[in-house]
Amino acid sequence: MSFLLQVVRITIPYALAALGGALSERGGVINIALEGTLLVGAFGGAVGAYYTHNALLGLLCGIGAGAALQLVHGLACVRWKADQIVSGLAANLLALGATRFFLKLCFDSTANSPRIAAWRTGAPFLIMALAAAFLAHGLLYGTRFGLRLRACGEHPEAARTLGVQVARVRLAAVALAGALAGLGGVWLAFDQHKFVDNMSAGRGYVALAAMIFGKWRPLPACAACLLFGLAEAAQIGLQASGIGLPTQLVQMLPYLMTILALTGGGGRARGPAALGTPYEAE
Amino acid sequence: MTMRRALLGPLGALLVATAVGSLLVLAYGQAPAQVWMLLLRGTWGNAYGIGQVLYKATPLMCAGLAVALPLRAGLFNIGAEGQLTVGALAAAVVGAHAARLPAPLAILLVIAAAALAGGAWASIAGGLRTRFGAHEVITTIMLNFLAAALVNWLGTRWLYLREAQHTAELAASARLPRLAVLASALHGSAASLALLVALALCGAAAWLLFRTRLGFEMRAVGLSPLAAETAHIALGRTTFVALALAGALAGVGSIAFVQGYKYYFEEGFTGGVGYMGIAVAVLARNHPLAIIPAALFFGTLSQGGLVVNFLVPKEMVDVLQAVVIVAVAVASAQLGRRGRA
Repeated sequence: MSFLLQVVRITIPYALAALGGALSERGGVINIALEGTLLVGAFGGAVGAYYTHNALLGLLCGIGAGAALQLVHGLACVRWKADQIVSGLAANLLALGATRFFLKLCFDSTANSPRIAAWRTGAPFLIMALAAAFLAHGLLYGTRFGLRLRACGEHPEAARTLGVQVARVRLAAVALAGALAGLGGVWLAFDQHKFVDNMSAGRGYVALAAMIFGKWRPLPACAACLLFGLAEAAQIGLQASGIGLPTQLVQMLPYLMTILALTGGGGRARGPAALGTPYEAE
Repeated sequence: MTMRRALLGPLGALLVATAVGSLLVLAYGQAPAQVWMLLLRGTWGNAYGIGQVLYKATPLMCAGLAVALPLRAGLFNIGAEGQLTVGALAAAVVGAHAARLPAPLAILLVIAAAALAGGAWASIAGGLRTRFGAHEVITTIMLNFLAAALVNWLGTRWLYLREAQHTAELAASARLPRLAVLASALHGSAASLALLVALALCGAAAWLLFRTRLGFEMRAVGLSPLAAETAHIALGRTTFVALALAGALAGVGSIAFVQGYKYYFEEGFTGGVGYMGIAVAVLARNHPLAIIPAALFFGTLSQGGLVVNFLVPKEMVDVLQAVVIVAVAVASAQLGRRGRA
């Protein structure tokens, strides 16, 4: 049972960030900024919960912080057409620097925040993550917005011709991605009852990997997250029981599998056609 | 693009960064003017500060080249961080075993090891791209994490000294002299002759890009792969070579630390320099010679953060770096478009 709990614990932030990544990239916006979004989500959640003494308000702060960071990324690369990779990396750098700066400013610490009021159980997050997975799937494949979003990712010119406002749709997708990854970050902080410096620790990139492994589709992306979570939990279990499998080899797994997926193992992974290209109406 | 227009972006970025930075300083209850003065005086105002800026700028130049060169061929190398790490480990291991060789040979051997290892690591991404069409942005990110895990495994299993988290020290003959041997005022700073290597590489990259056939082919592929292929330029080969070269350049970036300062490999020494290489390349608009001032600028910020740390948390400069990157990227997109129209 504790093993299962461990798997769920690890998978939740991966899945939420990967879902955000899928929405944003299906709309044509590359999202390397997931890493920083998890981090500001965690920080927003911790700061909100600390000052309001209310976990729910903290949660909303975290979601807001995630959406805000993604909107900065979105404004830069959708509205102003900066390179999406450059702007994503800058967003990550901004997140790391800003959380450290405000950690010092708010709590006079370089390591972590004080203990925060958070829920004792992860159940609400599990429910929210599950709901998010199916909602994202439904949104992408079952709604008018989803159809428009996918059109913006595959052929923005055609979408524009049919009256879709490409920039607006893409910005909405990016903001949604920020809210989802921000929620994943809140879980990181709530799980430990505090914010810890750089607590996203590369999870955003693992989520990006899972999203690619799931071929840019919400449900398969979540399945990939579960797979990565299983491997990580198994490795922690093995380590605790003293069976020596090098930690580093398990850490490599998500990255190796993603590369494998890109080379065509199990059907070639291909991104949306217009991924990474800014669109400008003539 | 004219010189004036090329400078417009960076100047605007500097202005925005100063404004954002001043707000952060105010939020921390300090006087912006005082902090900026201190930052300038602590970096360019004395010999030690200048030395430290030069030390920080050295790997930034190499990492910047490692991003700029392949970008000219239309390839986004996000893997400089991993290439730097792998290059550093190779340099440290080779250097530790070079005791019997005369100094110039040992030094060159270590640099070659760094270049070869970094180049080989980047070639994985090159091979994946040319053989399978796997996008280099994703593969180089994945390779960064693979490099970190691999190095940690090799290190803790075999290479690190038992009582420390680093490799054995380089043989004396394999070490690069400090810059202080040329300018005694720099005594005490970590700047070494690695700076001259980095400067030479910037020059060499400019020559390669603008004066050789390979450079022409790279730029042609970057401008229009289809047109390049029609002109019988081998796309696959050019792509592979561009990435391998980039990896070698990034790898050499590690010598500032391994061969010129600490004399051993230690995990985390890169401190994100590989990623900052992207910022350097963006600011330099991928011109190898403009890499030099761009690297000096980010080196100044990074050293300046340490100088003002007792007034304002040094992480303020990370925020400023991010602001500069976004502003320059936006400006180059906007100005570039207007330039074409």
